[in-house]
Formats: sequence, structure tokens, C-alpha cells
Amino acid sequence: MTVPLRSRPVAWPRRVLHAVLIALALVFLLLFLVMPLATVFVEAFRQGVAPYLDSIRQPEALSAIKLTLLVAVLAVPLNVLFGIAAAWAMTRFQFRGKALLGALIDLPFSVSPVVSGLVYVLLFGAQGWFGPWLDSHGIKIIFAVPALVLATIFVTLPFVARELIPLMQAQGSEEEEAARVLGASGWQMFFRVTLPNIRWALLYGVLLCNARAMGEFGAVSVVSGHIRGLTTTMPLEVEMRYNEYEYVGAFAVASLLALLALVTLAVKSLLEWRYGDEIAAHAPGGH
Amino acid sequence: MSKRVLPGFGISLGVALAYLGLIVLLPLAALAWKATGIGFEGLIRLLSAPRTLAALRLSVGGAVVAALINVVIGLLVGWVLVRYRFPGRRLFDALVDLPFALPTAVAGIALTTLYAPNGWLGQWLEPLGIKVAYTPLGVFVAMVFVGFPFVVRTLQPVLSSLELDVEEAAESLGAQRWQTFFRVILPMLAPTLLTGFALALARAVGEYGSVIFIAGNIPMHSEIAPLLIVQKLEQFDYAGAAALGVAMLSISFVLLVLVAFLQRWSHRWQERAT
Repeated sequence: MTVPLRSRPVAWPRRVLHAVLIALALVFLLLFLVMPLATVFVEAFRQGVAPYLDSIRQPEALSAIKLTLLVAVLAVPLNVLFGIAAAWAMTRFQFRGKALLGALIDLPFSVSPVVSGLVYVLLFGAQGWFGPWLDSHGIKIIFAVPALVLATIFVTLPFVARELIPLMQAQGSEEEEAARVLGASGWQMFFRVTLPNIRWALLYGVLLCNARAMGEFGAVSVVSGHIRGLTTTMPLEVEMRYNEYEYVGAFAVASLLALLALVTLAVKSLLEWRYGDEIAAHAPGGH
Repeated sequence: MSKRVLPGFGISLGVALAYLGLIVLLPLAALAWKATGIGFEGLIRLLSAPRTLAALRLSVGGAVVAALINVVIGLLVGWVLVRYRFPGRRLFDALVDLPFALPTAVAGIALTTLYAPNGWLGQWLEPLGIKVAYTPLGVFVAMVFVGFPFVVRTLQPVLSSLELDVEEAAESLGAQRWQTFFRVILPMLAPTLLTGFALALARAVGEYGSVIFIAGNIPMHSEIAPLLIVQKLEQFDYAGAAALGVAMLSISFVLLVLVAFLQRWSHRWQERAT
């Protein structure tokens, strides 16, 4: 005989309490998360669809979109290679200083974005360590695309590694050892055993890494020099237009970034729902 | 065993170390080196300047207050999302990560528009004498926004695995609902809440993009520490910018140690409890 769990006289006031708590949480989420998101789209279309499309089709907006894509296309794959290498070393071998290596991988998450950009100015800027040498060889890093890529790599460095390490730790190395014993070469083992085992977690890490790479503001703002059409990524274009009181234009570009955020959230939820077991128990994703 | 069978130790560790060295360690070394350029006296003068102190107080103090607010709201939202079933729950759950996914500059201009005196929320707060945009209060609002997901996301797995029988035992022993919550559930969640608090705090301390638009950036009043670094850079005061950067890194380091300490403490606490 089963007794219903909540079949006591207190059930009624408790249900009211539940309703009140749910209402409070939803009101907060609506005011605090949904309203800012809605603001972006409402402001972007405030003067209608035509001005919206016009402000996105302007050359500066198009070059900002292209630059943002370029930076992400360079930064994300490099961090994927690093993430796989770091996770392989950390989860498949024992060596001294492993904990220190783990802490170093996480370090960029605790550095202010402004400092993440500043360090490259101090390294490659006119007064930086390599500044004079770079200058005499005609190589531009600061206030040019290379610095944007470097600052973005710094800020998004932990995402892929952090996603892979707990998963590969949990999976263990038995399948890979079996592949080796059966005569697979190192690369055969990697492409036929390791990669299929980590593919969804890898995609999850790439997704978060990419969202941050395309949306990064503080770090790239410090190294960009804000040269319109040359070194302004989409978030910087948003800032410049906003500061010039060009609100529709600022929110139009912002709406594209907000759309990217929504797609990221949707794919992320889909991955968690469909492949939750094959993605490591995820810690909160940093900055 | 694995060391003998599995290949790639040298190359994977080599790639990881070289990458970290070039991307993280070398630039940080340049930062530390440049910071020494202002000398000990210069450092004291910089860090004791009223404007620096005000900015650091706002960045650190604001982050502490924002993280505390996030603990309370995060507990409420996490609890409701894990414990109750209602229409749209999955959607709201996915939405919790919005502050992670939304670029900070976008969040910054959206919050500013929302809380400006003629904005959707600002127009209701203005008659009450509450000014959010272009005040320290706006800085808190932006910091709460960016730190919000941390407490919810650290809390959710712990809440899901919380043993219902402990609560039911407490209730069958005659405890009131609120007694169960404050005497049984809250102490069990305390370590997790502290971890979420520290993560939200570390994020908010260095926050820049979402804050600078709504802050108004009035010196001594609503100016955050990262902005001060940007201004030093614009005045070509590289050593000053580096010294402030080191000061901020030191603050982050202390917070990181705090997180590690809290996590260790929470593990020990959980082992003792079970």
C-alpha cells in the first residue's frame, strides 16, 4: 500500500507557498533577464525594419562582422588544439606539477578582461618588451588584427580544456589502451577511439568558446585602438555607435550578437538534453 | 601501465606548456616587470590615491554586495527550478545562462536603456527617488546580472541530489517547514552557496563591459577599477596601468585561494555529514 507523500492537511498552505516562490522567481527572471534581451530587439527596430537593415548593411558594420568571424575562426581552433593536448596530458599521464598546470589553465577566468588586453600592450606595444623590435621590422601587432586574436585566445583559453578534462578523467583510458594493444597507431587510436568518445563534450566546449570569442569586449577594446573598419569587432562597433548616440545602429549590431547568444543557449540546451551523459558534469562556465 | 601503452605524453604536454607559456605566462611576466617601473614609492602613491581607492572600493565592495544578492536570488531560482514543476520550466532553466552567453557590451547598453530615467524600468523607479543608471547602484545591477548564473548553476546539482529522506525525517519528527529549511537544508547547502558566492564575486570584481555603460563613470563616485587601467593606458602611463593590473590580479588571486579553500572545506564537511 502506498501513501501519497504530501497527503496531509498542510498541503493547501504549502501549495500557496510553492506558487508564491515560483511567482517570485519568474518575476525576477522576467525583469532581470528577459527584459534586457527584449530591450535589445525593441530598440533595434524602434524606427522600423528599413533603418535596421540599413544600419547593418553599412560598410563599418559589415567589416565588423567579418572581423569578428575572422578572430573567432583563428582563436577557437587554436584553443581546441590546446584543449585536446592539455586534456590528454592531464588525464592520461601522471606527472609532477599537474595541479599547477590545472590552475594555470583556469587562470584566464580570474583575470579582468581589461588586464587580459593590457598584458599584450605591455608585450607588443610601442613601449612594450618587443615593441621596438617589431617596429623596426614593420610588424604591427597592437592596434591590429594579431592583438585582437591574441587577446581573444587568452580570454577563451580555458573553455575547451575545462570541458574535456573532467569527461576524459571519468571515461578512463581502457578503450584507448585496448586499441593500442590491438595494434592501432597513435593517430588511429586518437581518431577512432578518443575523438568519437569526446565529440559532444568537444562541441559543447567549442560552442561556449565561440560565444565568448565573438562577444569579447574588454580585452579586445584595450588592444584594438578602435580604428573603424580595420580593428573594430562587433562588440566594439556597438560601443562606438552607442557613444555617438547612434542608438538604432548600436542596437542593430547588438541584436545580431543577442541572436548569437540565443542560438548558443538553444544548442547548449539541446546538447545537454540529448547527450547529457556524454558531456561532463559541467561546472559554471567562467566569464 | 598507461604510461607505457598510451602515446603522446611528450607532445601533448609540450604543446600545452608552450601554449600556456606564450599566451599566459610571458604576457603576465611583462605585466609584473612593467609594474616594477613605478617603484615602491610610486606604487604606494598610486594605491593610496583617493581616486584609486574609490575605484577599488567600488569594484571590490560592489562585487561583494552583488555576490551576496546573487546568493539569495540564486537560492530562490535554483530551488524553484529543481523542486517545482511548472509550464516553461525548461525554457527558464536555459535562460539562466543568458548572462554567460550575452556579450557584455550588449548587456551593458541594454541595462542602461532599461534603467535610464525614461526606460521601461527607470520610469517607475525615478518617481520613487531611485536612480539606477549613471550611479553606483547601476554598477551593482550590472554586477548582479553578470554573476547571476554562478550560484544557480553550482547549486542545481547539489539540490537535485539532496536526500529527501532527511527532510522527511525532520518533518516526521515534528519540525515545521521553515525549521526544516533553516536548520536542515540551509546548513547542507552552505558550502555550495559559498562556492557560488566566490565565483560570482571573482567575476564581478574585474567586470568591465557590462558596467561602464550604466556606471556613468564619474570619478570618486561611479568609476570602477578596470576603467582606471584603461585611462592610464590612454595617458600612456604604462607602469601605472601595469601596477593597477597587478593589484587587481592579486585581489583575484586571494579570491581564487578562497574558492579552493571553500571547496576543500565543503568536501570535508560533506564527508563528515554522511
